[in-house]
Amino acid sequence: MSKKAIVCRCEDISEEDVIKAIDKGYTDIDELRKKLRIGMGPCQGRVCIQLLTKILEKKTGEKIPLPKTRSPIIPVPLGTLASDKNEK
Amino acid sequence: MKNKADVVIIGGGINGCSLAYNLAKKGDDVVVVEKKYLSSGATGACGAGIRQQWSTRENAELAIKSVKIFEKLSKKLGEDIEFRQGGYLIVVHDKKEMNQSEKNVEIQRSLGLKVDILKPEEINDIVSILDVKAMDVVGATFCPTDGHANPFKTTFAYAQAARRNGAEICTHTKVTSIKKDKNNIRAVVTDKGDIKTDTVVNAAGVDSADIASMVGVNLPITPFRKEILATERFKPTFEAMVISFKDGIYFSQQNEGQIVGGIPIPEERSGYLTRPTFSFMQHMSKTLTRYAPVLKHINMLRHWTGFYDVTPDARPILGEVEGFKGFIQCNGFSGHGFMLSPMVTQLLTDYIVDDKNPDILQNLNLSRFKDKKMIYEKSVVG
Repeated sequence: MSKKAIVCRCEDISEEDVIKAIDKGYTDIDELRKKLRIGMGPCQGRVCIQLLTKILEKKTGEKIPLPKTRSPIIPVPLGTLASDKNEK
Repeated sequence: MKNKADVVIIGGGINGCSLAYNLAKKGDDVVVVEKKYLSSGATGACGAGIRQQWSTRENAELAIKSVKIFEKLSKKLGEDIEFRQGGYLIVVHDKKEMNQSEKNVEIQRSLGLKVDILKPEEINDIVSILDVKAMDVVGATFCPTDGHANPFKTTFAYAQAARRNGAEICTHTKVTSIKKDKNNIRAVVTDKGDIKTDTVVNAAGVDSADIASMVGVNLPITPFRKEILATERFKPTFEAMVISFKDGIYFSQQNEGQIVGGIPIPEERSGYLTRPTFSFMQHMSKTLTRYAPVLKHINMLRHWTGFYDVTPDARPILGEVEGFKGFIQCNGFSGHGFMLSPMVTQLLTDYIVDDKNPDILQNLNLSRFKDKKMIYEKSVVG
């Protein structure tokens, strides 16, 4: 059995995958998201981005600010967003 | 960082990185200077589409030749850029628009492109989930060799291949000024040191106008903010990008299974505001579920903002600035930089290395804005 620790459950990205990418020179949170798709799944980074930040801080020795959150905070069906029912 | 180079490229998006690759391959000593990380600007925010159906000859030619390069690019760069050809379906809403579409198709076909004009009842053969009645269309055009690629992977792959060929790529490095001597470039000054050079390529996207102003050149580029959303993944359902110039919408299902698409919002304005708006989310969801009602059950996951670097005629500014030796423009793509980049950077490489200046480069030179009569690219979406 592999000892892999999963960092991003939605996209199945392990700690090892993250470290490899950082070693290759991908050292921005957004850059790592684009490279690995980490944080792009249904949880939108609520689980993984903090872990990713910790790994990145450990590797680079720099304090990494958390990225801004954007709406919607949770997944919302397009049909709900398209609905006018609650409008005056 | 090197302190001298044959060419300094400002901007590490798709165009900066692919140009670095093409130049390095020809043996030029190249440095790319990027203020953030690679693909952090328009490239990283784009919709990933590759379209050859244009209204102007220059854009159509650049796109058709770019697709020929995209077709072999994964192999050439040694990394999978996820290029696939599911086509672009452009829906047409009325007679007037159909007349324009027919003119466009004529130009495209004269350049050897296969494009079909479809009747409304043929649209569902291409994308089965569309509600043709609700879309209110009189037809569509479809080009089966249009498609998609992954913009991040393409940029990163070009950058890695450029490095292997000797290019230096400096991220998190900001250009603070450009030294010139009369009308010759002398050096690029960055926050990490100076690079002596006689050739600078301005591939800085929406920041290109600021870069040009460092040497007193005025570029007619306006940043337009554009919003775009992504849904959750679901099983592959359709391959084509669907667009409408009238509604402004574009959407497609990406490689991983999510829908990515955008639409202009009524209160859209020029400027640098990056915060996504609720108004976009609503307007996009309404139009998207009108086009494809079944998508109302799909969850939206996120949305983000990117910028189009828009020129007065919605066509890119390419080549050397008249009377300013070594100052080369590669900007003003007006939302189409990713799909045109392979051929654009090939042409600029031939210009820089071999002094080739074909008509297409001359037609897209900055000097065209001096003319009173402009040729506008009409096929703009998003």
